[in-house]
Amino acid sequence: MNPNAYLVLSGIIFSIGALGVLLRRNAIVAFMSVELMLNAANLAFVTGARVWGNLDGQTAAFFVMVVAAAEVVIGLAIILTIFRTRNSASVDEASLLRW
Amino acid sequence: MIAAVIALPALSAALLLSLGNRTNKFGPWMAIIASTSSFLIGFLQFLQMLARPAEERTAITTVYEWLAVPAAGFKVDFALQLDQLSISFVLLITFVGTLIHIYSLGYMSHDENQRRFFAYLNLFVAAMLLLVLADNYLLLYVGWEGVGLASYLLIGFWQHKPSAAVAAKKAFVANRVGDFGLSLAIMTMFIVFGSVSFSDVNEGVAGAPAWVSLTIGLLLLLAACGKSAQFPLQSWLLDAMEGPTPVSALIHAATMVTAGVYLIVRSASIFNASEIAQTAVVVIGAISLLMGAIIGAAKDDIKKSLAGSTMSQIGYMVLAAGLGPIGYVFAILHLITHGFFKAVMFLGAGSVMHATNDNVDMRRYGGLSKVMIFTTITFFIGYLAIIGIPPFAGFYSKDHIIEAALSHSWWAGAAVLFGAGLTAFYMTRMVVMTFVSKPRWEDDVHPHESPLSMTLPMIVLSIGAASMGIILTNNHMFEHWLEPVTGFVEPEPPLPIQTITIITLSVVAIGVLAGIWQYRKIAKVAPKKVSFVVTAARKDLYGDVMNEALLMRPGQSLTKVLNIFDKSVIDGFVNGLGLFTGGISSRLRKSETGYVRSYAMSIVFGTAILVIVLLIVRL
Amino acid sequence: MISSVLKLAEIANENSISFEPFVFWLCGGLAVLGAIGMLISHKAVHSALWVALTMINLAVLYVLQSAPFLGVAQVVVYTGAVMMLFLFVLMIVGVDAADSLVETIKGQRRVGILAGVILVVSLVLLLGNSFSIQAAELVNADSAYGGNVQGIAALLFGKYVLIFELTSALLITAAVGAMVLAHKERTSPRKTQAILARELFASGTYKGPLPSPGVYARHNSVDTPALLPDGSVSEISLPGPIVARGAVKNINQSDLNEVQIISEGLGLVSSDEEGDK
Repeated sequence: MNPNAYLVLSGIIFSIGALGVLLRRNAIVAFMSVELMLNAANLAFVTGARVWGNLDGQTAAFFVMVVAAAEVVIGLAIILTIFRTRNSASVDEASLLRW
Repeated sequence: MIAAVIALPALSAALLLSLGNRTNKFGPWMAIIASTSSFLIGFLQFLQMLARPAEERTAITTVYEWLAVPAAGFKVDFALQLDQLSISFVLLITFVGTLIHIYSLGYMSHDENQRRFFAYLNLFVAAMLLLVLADNYLLLYVGWEGVGLASYLLIGFWQHKPSAAVAAKKAFVANRVGDFGLSLAIMTMFIVFGSVSFSDVNEGVAGAPAWVSLTIGLLLLLAACGKSAQFPLQSWLLDAMEGPTPVSALIHAATMVTAGVYLIVRSASIFNASEIAQTAVVVIGAISLLMGAIIGAAKDDIKKSLAGSTMSQIGYMVLAAGLGPIGYVFAILHLITHGFFKAVMFLGAGSVMHATNDNVDMRRYGGLSKVMIFTTITFFIGYLAIIGIPPFAGFYSKDHIIEAALSHSWWAGAAVLFGAGLTAFYMTRMVVMTFVSKPRWEDDVHPHESPLSMTLPMIVLSIGAASMGIILTNNHMFEHWLEPVTGFVEPEPPLPIQTITIITLSVVAIGVLAGIWQYRKIAKVAPKKVSFVVTAARKDLYGDVMNEALLMRPGQSLTKVLNIFDKSVIDGFVNGLGLFTGGISSRLRKSETGYVRSYAMSIVFGTAILVIVLLIVRL
Repeated sequence: MISSVLKLAEIANENSISFEPFVFWLCGGLAVLGAIGMLISHKAVHSALWVALTMINLAVLYVLQSAPFLGVAQVVVYTGAVMMLFLFVLMIVGVDAADSLVETIKGQRRVGILAGVILVVSLVLLLGNSFSIQAAELVNADSAYGGNVQGIAALLFGKYVLIFELTSALLITAAVGAMVLAHKERTSPRKTQAILARELFASGTYKGPLPSPGVYARHNSVDTPALLPDGSVSEISLPGPIVARGAVKNINQSDLNEVQIISEGLGLVSSDEEGDK
């Protein structure tokens, strides 16, 4: 099986995740899209580790997971705080930081 | 030691100006003491110099290193050069200056800004001393500008009078033109010789090409014209009479206008190297002396008439200085004698004005000899001195100049001779109208003699005006005195000296008689129907008209055009740039929507571009 | 499922039977399906479930690529913890919170899709021929350490120990940060019961126990309104749904008279008062 197929799959999932960030207005869904992009990156790491025949890629994927977990915790806490004050979870609502 | 000569009046001026009204009480006295001690120190230096042999009399004192650019090989010290030429000026400036200080004590006693006046007088004296004591052109330039500033402040001293303010401005602007010439000359010196000190320039000029001495000479002449009110920069001098009379005396006798003559004599080596420049100097001197005399003969304002006389006498000096080594000594000699007799006459004029409620119209004077005995006698001594009656001072100096001019060329000689006759005419006119003829006073005028503080300086100066000529020319003393500095060649006139003296005296006598005949009857109002020459002379020989037509109007038009250009093109460009940037910014600003998704969009596009670049690289 | 996949992978490695493509196409397809499902679902909860599908399939693909530890961690951390955290937050924000269909930013959808297409095409072109290695040449790195978990452990606590320690600091910071962010600061003192009661009645609306229906009525039923002492109907005594259905019993004058008689008979109301009325 050609490992390039995994990379292509990771690229597709990454792009869908990016589209999710661009198109979805619900902050939580946008967040899920980010997680999806991180997962796609992880898949590429694992494929790389397999191709090079060492475990460094897998370790990197592990670190990505750790960081993602931390990020989710903080991100969701922020979403909650915004929701509490503005009664909305839409990313378009919080647009005061502009011209 | 010599630095103290400059430092004392400068310090006094600084104190008077910075401490303000606190010094009102003792300020004038402090100024007089500063000026007097300057004179005493100068006199001591003079005695010390006399004790040394002629060759060792030049002394250069470096006060401190002023400017130094080692990379450019440029070094100017704050150094003072004391030699026979500068000590003569120092003595003249401090002596006459001190007397004018004392005179001002009486003349300005009622002015509430007396302290400020004395501060400016001190500043004037200090600047002039710096000018004559500098050992290089750059330091001379500092004094030169200081004199310009002080004259501006003093001419415009009664700045509440618009005419005084305008006159001050005019003097300043006319001086700037000359100053521009001097600064260009200094720059040229630096480029060509790499130094601006007198000694280096003198050495350098010998080996320099002809155009260098010609260029520098003409530029220096322009500078001298500005400061000494020579043609074509003469117009400020008559307006400068708007200042208080002691100022006029100071400007005309001892300080300002002599600076140009000093500059030319000091730069003797440059002028010696260029005959064209010398001829230019002679021509300028001749034109100025005749113009000044004609103006002086037509003015009814006593101070303006005296101002015309000054222009004429300075013209003599400039002409003499242009004659080369045969004339330098006599230029300085005439400068010194003129310093005395012109000062005494200006102070006399001030005294007359003091007596007649500040009236300056000679047609309303007359018969003042009966009430103002000291003023009349001193003024009359000055009169005899200026027209050149032996044994008064003017005779010796002027006679020598006429001899030198005759030995230079017939036209220079004719000009000075004619000038001598004119001088005799207008001075006789002045004396007759003021002191001799019947009284034509205004109704409320009660003439009286001036106080001692005013008459005393006049008496002292008149003694000088009477005796200075004999003292200085005795045994060719002055020629020998100055020869080491300026060089001296005995003039060889085409006629015997006795003949020249007789011709001169007869010309003078004709002038005197013409003056007496012309003014045997004097109208209270100036006659309207007069010849073309008188009309022109009353208008300063159209000096102002010429300035206006040639410089002011084109200048104003140019200013207008430049203003329009500035507003439309320059401002248009600058403002347009601002508007353009502002417009771009306000449009670009809209891209900052505050929407996270818009920002994410740009990130995604950036990523896509990165990936495409990678693709292209891989290809 | 994981153990069976693991077993399959082992078999594949030992016997070099290539059923890897089959698993790849199945799980890869499901992963893409889950991603697209997340993208197009209207409700956030549905999106979360679709994402969970994608993540599980990715876990299978990890295992398939000889990364069993990561596969397990993927299931535990992502589907087990992160996605559940998402669902908790969704519960607070509102389960049925859906995106409105109107796009607020002009042209965002069209340009966004364009960007996505450009990205996906370029990425596929770029990644499509990244490696020229063939499956047969692949080396299993686990053997050097005696197993996948042992290998990762050796790297984590050896080569990458510093980064590992740093991630612990990151996690602590994240936990504290989440607490700080979610903490609600009390800006006014707690209200006592007396204050609450006063506020309740200061608003002007009736907050006492509602009168029960059927009072002053012959029919003791919920569709009969209570009558106030002056004989008028008390609207608040009726349950909302009955009013909404219009099933309220009408009260007529004869009923009132009857009530009056009964009341007098019981001695509850004096005839004087009735005369006044």
